[in-house]
Amino acid sequence: MHKKWWKILCVILLTYTVIGGFLFSVPAREILHETIRNLYFHVCMWFGMMILFTTSVVYSIKYLRSQKLRDDVYAVNFTKVGIVFGVLGYTTGALWAKYTWTEFASDTEIFREPKLLGAAIALLIYFAYFVLRGSLTDIDKRARISAVYAIFAYAMLFPTLWILPRILDSLHPGKEGNPALNFKDSDARLRMVFYPAIIGWTLLGVWITSLKIRLDLIKERSILND
Amino acid sequence: MTKIQLLLAIILFQLIPVSLWAQATEAQQKYTAFEMRSNGKIYVVVAVVLIILFGLLAYLVRLDRKIGKLEKEKN
Repeated sequence: MHKKWWKILCVILLTYTVIGGFLFSVPAREILHETIRNLYFHVCMWFGMMILFTTSVVYSIKYLRSQKLRDDVYAVNFTKVGIVFGVLGYTTGALWAKYTWTEFASDTEIFREPKLLGAAIALLIYFAYFVLRGSLTDIDKRARISAVYAIFAYAMLFPTLWILPRILDSLHPGKEGNPALNFKDSDARLRMVFYPAIIGWTLLGVWITSLKIRLDLIKERSILND
Repeated sequence: MTKIQLLLAIILFQLIPVSLWAQATEAQQKYTAFEMRSNGKIYVVVAVVLIILFGLLAYLVRLDRKIGKLEKEKN
């Protein structure tokens, strides 16, 4: 957490993302045109969110095994920053859809878009995590119950984001396979920026989380004597 | 080769097929923002976004240092 190299890597990758994201050539896509560049920003928010939530659930399980409050602090802060990324992803997605989907899809199709509904459900499940935490005053009980809840929330995350939209008819690309790895949907030019962008944005999220964790650890030093 | 090295190699190999870059097709010429590119004004956008990004990152570094100081004081 105190090492410097990954923070420098984060700065380099994000700089590369912005420069490459705006200036490199992109494949011509119907409907999307130049907005395909949102792949480096909007989509990366969701990938960042998934990675942060995954880290969070790992710490939740760790807490249940160790009963150390330090793990609970890690888990809750990864979830908080994950939600920020999710909300950013949702907002940017709404803007992107307004200028692309509305050209060919009807309102009902957009309202029914399973990935939008799924993402909304996933985020609401995670909002409830904080409602649950807020309603418990006993520190150990709060940590234990919310850690268990976090596992259930995580179990719903991937079905709502990935599985349901593929079973139902989705406007999002990638119904037939994996859009991030599929050669038809994202060609080499996109991947050259897309993968570094995912790592860069995720590292930014981890950086923010690490600051929040360190602050919490200072604040709660009295109860965290391990 | 460790697992991490293997993973990095896989990621890097994904980036290699640069030779697949196609020429700008007709559709691309029709729809992509060539005007911003040709008069060079896209660089203004890149500069603005970079300033915002560096501003935010500098702020993050500052916070990082402040928290670091706080940690030293408390310990």
